[in-house]
Amino acid sequence: DSTATITVETSLPFTSHNVDPPSRSVETSPMELMTFFKDMTEMRRMEIAADSLYKAKLIRGFCHLYDGQEAVAVGMEAAITKKDCIITAYRDHCIFLGRGGTLVESFAELMGRRDGCSRGKGGSMHFYKKESGFYGGHGIVGAQVPLGIGLAFAQKYKKEDYVTFAMYGDGAANQGQLFEALNMAALWDLPAILVCENNHYGMGTAEWRAAKSPAYYKRGDYVPGLRVDGMDVFAVKQACAFAKQHALKNGPIILEMDTYRYHGHSMSDPGSTYRTRDEISGVRQERDPVERIRSLILAHNIATEAELKDIEKENRKVVDEAIAKAKESPMPDPSELFTNVYVKGFGVEAYGADRKELRATLP
Amino acid sequence: KQMMVREALNSALDEEMAADPRIFLMGEEVGEYQGAYKVSKGLLHKYGPDRVVDTPITEAGFTGLATGAAYYGLRPVLEFMTFNFAMQAIDHLINSAAKTHYMSGGNISVPIVFRGPNGAALGVGAQHSQCYAPWYGSVPGLKVVAPYSSEDARGLLKAAIRDPDPVVFLENELLYGESFRVSEEVLDPNFTLPIGKAKIEKEGTDVTITAFSRMVGYALKAAETLAKEDINAEVINIRSIRPLDRSSINASVRKTNRLVTVEEGFPQHGVGAEICASVVEEIFEYLDAPVERITGADVPMPYAANLERMALPQVEDIVRAAKRVCYKSISMAAAV
Repeated sequence: DSTATITVETSLPFTSHNVDPPSRSVETSPMELMTFFKDMTEMRRMEIAADSLYKAKLIRGFCHLYDGQEAVAVGMEAAITKKDCIITAYRDHCIFLGRGGTLVESFAELMGRRDGCSRGKGGSMHFYKKESGFYGGHGIVGAQVPLGIGLAFAQKYKKEDYVTFAMYGDGAANQGQLFEALNMAALWDLPAILVCENNHYGMGTAEWRAAKSPAYYKRGDYVPGLRVDGMDVFAVKQACAFAKQHALKNGPIILEMDTYRYHGHSMSDPGSTYRTRDEISGVRQERDPVERIRSLILAHNIATEAELKDIEKENRKVVDEAIAKAKESPMPDPSELFTNVYVKGFGVEAYGADRKELRATLP
Repeated sequence: KQMMVREALNSALDEEMAADPRIFLMGEEVGEYQGAYKVSKGLLHKYGPDRVVDTPITEAGFTGLATGAAYYGLRPVLEFMTFNFAMQAIDHLINSAAKTHYMSGGNISVPIVFRGPNGAALGVGAQHSQCYAPWYGSVPGLKVVAPYSSEDARGLLKAAIRDPDPVVFLENELLYGESFRVSEEVLDPNFTLPIGKAKIEKEGTDVTITAFSRMVGYALKAAETLAKEDINAEVINIRSIRPLDRSSINASVRKTNRLVTVEEGFPQHGVGAEICASVVEEIFEYLDAPVERITGADVPMPYAANLERMALPQVEDIVRAAKRVCYKSISMAAAV
């Protein structure tokens, strides 16, 4: 029975600040376990493929990969609905996928093609899917947090029972505007969850070199917080479900997700000058979010090792097919240079580099 | 009927808030204090604290917050106590508001108004006296308007609030208390002015003078003086910094063949520089004299009254420049 209840323990107890932590027992089912496995391995495959596309020069500019952190995106989605909002920074591919975005839209956007989720005009850092409650995709470190608090403000203004998850890294956790926004969220009891994805390095700066107190779940002072094992999808799911209820009743809460990125900060960073290879391989061996689920599935005899390998093989195929399809998508039409500047352009003229040669009437 | 600019803004806010529950006003001292310049007077009482929201003094935070609320579909009107303070939050105006519709390929729109006093007041020193029209006017994705009269204030604010894009609405502290005659049409709740269109405040044939905000009044005074000397100046109230109504400016210069631009901001890379370049590029052959710019002085605003006066355009500066382009000035050397 794929819907039978299985109870699992989170890897670690939650550490809490100003709030009673939720239970370590989490209910799941064979179906959910298999979905988690499928979703996380698909995300990982997508990011590995993006790495190759970048090295093949098919992806330009900045590209920040999420492999290692998959349990945060997947666990969070398991606890909420698409009416709840998510906003994040530039490491956004897998958040988009979690919100129901497709592989083709992702790869097409990464390669700047017209079938990209932002029609090729956003790039790696600017994925959006408003109809599923995903508000980007932001390139200025920390700026997405007040924007997310604004989404929560709007949810409360419209008297809806939805919440917003505003995600940021340990680097952004020191930004002043984060505390400004948190203050207002707490003053006005906004249904906001601040999700600090602590992967322990803001670019190449270790958390202890940037933060006097790297206990980010406590940094809200009067705002409650939880420290969560972000490599354990069940801990993430439990914490997010708890946080949603808390936020609807009491206002903001901080979830610090203890996680890890296997890749460097971005594609120009080998990720090995400021941390040791032993540290990375140690996390892979002991805390990998996919391996944790694999062992649970095997321990409960839900699928065999071979069946799980088949899922991974299938992911590889699905990802390759999506890349092929994305490659077939043409570059944006040159006329797209002048679309979406405004919703209402008043028919005003906008200029290209040589205004005598290139100008357009804004729609 | 006479109406102060402050009342024009207040009535526009009031009518739009009454018509659309998605509109809310947010900013420092907009509620219980009734607005630092009383523009929001009475609105808290009428619409309650959910829709007239006093914020802490945290511009980056509340500007991001209001922009996020606009992403979700609300229609925030965000008041900066002055635009000088908006520099704390300029990242959200540019990166979070102006660019999001484009970056998302049209997925997200940002219907928000950023408003408040801009430019120099009197005796408030360098940090509180600066014109941001050229700053915001250079950014694609933003619309930027600067009202002069009560008609402008009402029509443009209502248009800005109804607009689906981010609008920067540059008011002027010294105009809040000025009264203007308004017609019945202007008082109608459905009255709006088109963003992107200039207004010919005074028709003329000899020289075109462009100005916006408080400088429109100076340009009109200059035109009166010039009339006594048989120079018939045409005064254009630009109203919209972005989109800029280039065709109205061009049409006027085609007629007068002479142009003087007026603004309070710094000379370098200013609104006048853009207008001058545009006219030279598009209708150079119509110019009978070099374009002249009257601007604020190229210095931080001094406090002392005499120096402050020197740092800002005066009516006589505009008159002098207009006479120069009409070749009616007497050079000092010749006078001696």
